[in-house]
Amino acid sequence: MPLLDVQGLSKRFGALKAVNDVSFTVEQGEILGLIGPNGSGKSTTFNCIAGLYTPSAGSIVFEGNEIAGLTANRVCHRGVGRTFQIPRPFRNLTLLENVALSAFFGQDRIATRQQCWALAEEALALVGLPTDTHTTLDGLGAAALKKLELARALATQPRLLLADESLNGLDHREMEQAADMLGRIRREKGITIVWVEHIMGVLMRVVDRVVVLDHGEVIFSGAPKAAQDNARVVEVYLGTEIDA
Amino acid sequence: MMRLSRSALIGLAVLIALPFLIRFFFAGSERYYLHLLIQIFIWAFIYTGWSIMGRFGLTSLGHGAFTGIGAYGCVLLWNYVGLTPWFGIPIAIVAAVLVALLVGYPCFHLRITGHYFALLTLALTEFVRLCIVGLRDYTGGSLGTQPKRYGDGFSLYALQFETDRVISFYIALALWLAGLVVWMWVDRSMDRYALEAASQDEEAAASVGIDVTREKLKVTAISAAMCALGGAVYGQYQMYIGPDTIAGLGVSLNIVFAVIAGGLWVMLGPTVGAVFTQVLSEVLRVTIQSTAGLQSAFGSSVLALDTLIYGLLLVLFIIYMPKGILGTILERREKKSASARAAPANAV
Repeated sequence: MPLLDVQGLSKRFGALKAVNDVSFTVEQGEILGLIGPNGSGKSTTFNCIAGLYTPSAGSIVFEGNEIAGLTANRVCHRGVGRTFQIPRPFRNLTLLENVALSAFFGQDRIATRQQCWALAEEALALVGLPTDTHTTLDGLGAAALKKLELARALATQPRLLLADESLNGLDHREMEQAADMLGRIRREKGITIVWVEHIMGVLMRVVDRVVVLDHGEVIFSGAPKAAQDNARVVEVYLGTEIDA
Repeated sequence: MMRLSRSALIGLAVLIALPFLIRFFFAGSERYYLHLLIQIFIWAFIYTGWSIMGRFGLTSLGHGAFTGIGAYGCVLLWNYVGLTPWFGIPIAIVAAVLVALLVGYPCFHLRITGHYFALLTLALTEFVRLCIVGLRDYTGGSLGTQPKRYGDGFSLYALQFETDRVISFYIALALWLAGLVVWMWVDRSMDRYALEAASQDEEAAASVGIDVTREKLKVTAISAAMCALGGAVYGQYQMYIGPDTIAGLGVSLNIVFAVIAGGLWVMLGPTVGAVFTQVLSEVLRVTIQSTAGLQSAFGSSVLALDTLIYGLLLVLFIIYMPKGILGTILERREKKSASARAAPANAV
């Protein structure tokens, strides 16, 4: 049984069909790349899984249970963590508080405060951010904010991590580091990852499979190498080499 | 376990001794000064109750409704059912909390925030005021009503202590202290972090597992309960309640103005706001109404002059001291100590 099974997922905004009959599965322990050009429906699919949007049709089954239509906090309690494309930190809290908050509320069971602080420190250390109690968010750069997003999602102790354009706004070195970090999270924590991205070069090195979307529909599903050789995939990426 | 600092203990001892100090130093005006202090403590408690949710961006203009439900609920149950305030007050609090949840749930579920939330709560205040005025056979309408006097006006059963203001003083003091304890309890809970997060970004907060609606409802219920309790105690102390003194839009606005003037984000800010607004309005009232020159110049309009100046000063305070009196003082002290810490480091 796949960890995540998305079948016939559709999402309309009025007359606009953002996602149309999308189906794919995610196996336990894999990293799946969900890719496509801007406006292809990646983020909408992602937001339907994460509970920010209610699907117009279709089912989303996680660990054998239907999660389509659940609110975002309930999806999180079921074991699905997420990051945002543009980091959305809580600027009125310190770095540690941002993550401890996720550790406390992100789980369906009540953890003790001490456990939450410990989980927060562990998540911050894993992504390479300071673990002291005083560091605020002032002056944190794009890469650090992306790491904070990741730490916050990890602190909820997810079994499935939805990483939304984790490379966006990073330079090449930072992109390589971010990709390595996702690989390490899978290895060390055994967390399954769905990675939404439109920058394909770095992603292809890390993912096991890719699902390619265009105009809200799946146009390819398979190994990264096969995607790079697929004429339709190449075409939607402006007809250029996809590892540019 | 909460531990009090030495200065807090000294302050508490002074407050406990205050009625006796007043009796000693201002024997002739004892009742007046006690009245002023009781008013300050009761309103400080109500303001603290409002700030418990107001500090998280939930700017309610509807708390006059909760003070009104508390005051009227308790008095009407006493006057018409004969129910002692010992039961009347909890029932009034439950009623206020139910109204708060009834209005709060759709607001928070549908993510009504900011100006729209303020307007909706403002409508609630007006609704409660209109109910009070409309049910004039029971509530006395716009003229207000009084709790039925029990015996000689001094009764633990009826919670009436007209003849002894010292007891009312200690009740008000205990109420205020309880308000501070609730404020600290909320401040030290994980719910505070959740509400801070939700006040900034509801979607992101929900994505890390926070049930934003539930968190907001929890803090709204606490806030409404405190204001209802404050309203009920106010009615028992004043032995008079009116829609304009404890339930109307004016009350709601006074709460917001006073908290902003005192400082919204610090525990004692609402208390400073209560001291400031009560003392200011009292000083203006006494000064203006006892100045013969002003009375001859303005005639009976002089009665409104203190309110006009009070309003004007509040507006100026809000514009030039957005963090409130206490907030600004603490910020300046923080900056001073930060620069003092930086000075030796620079010298190295």
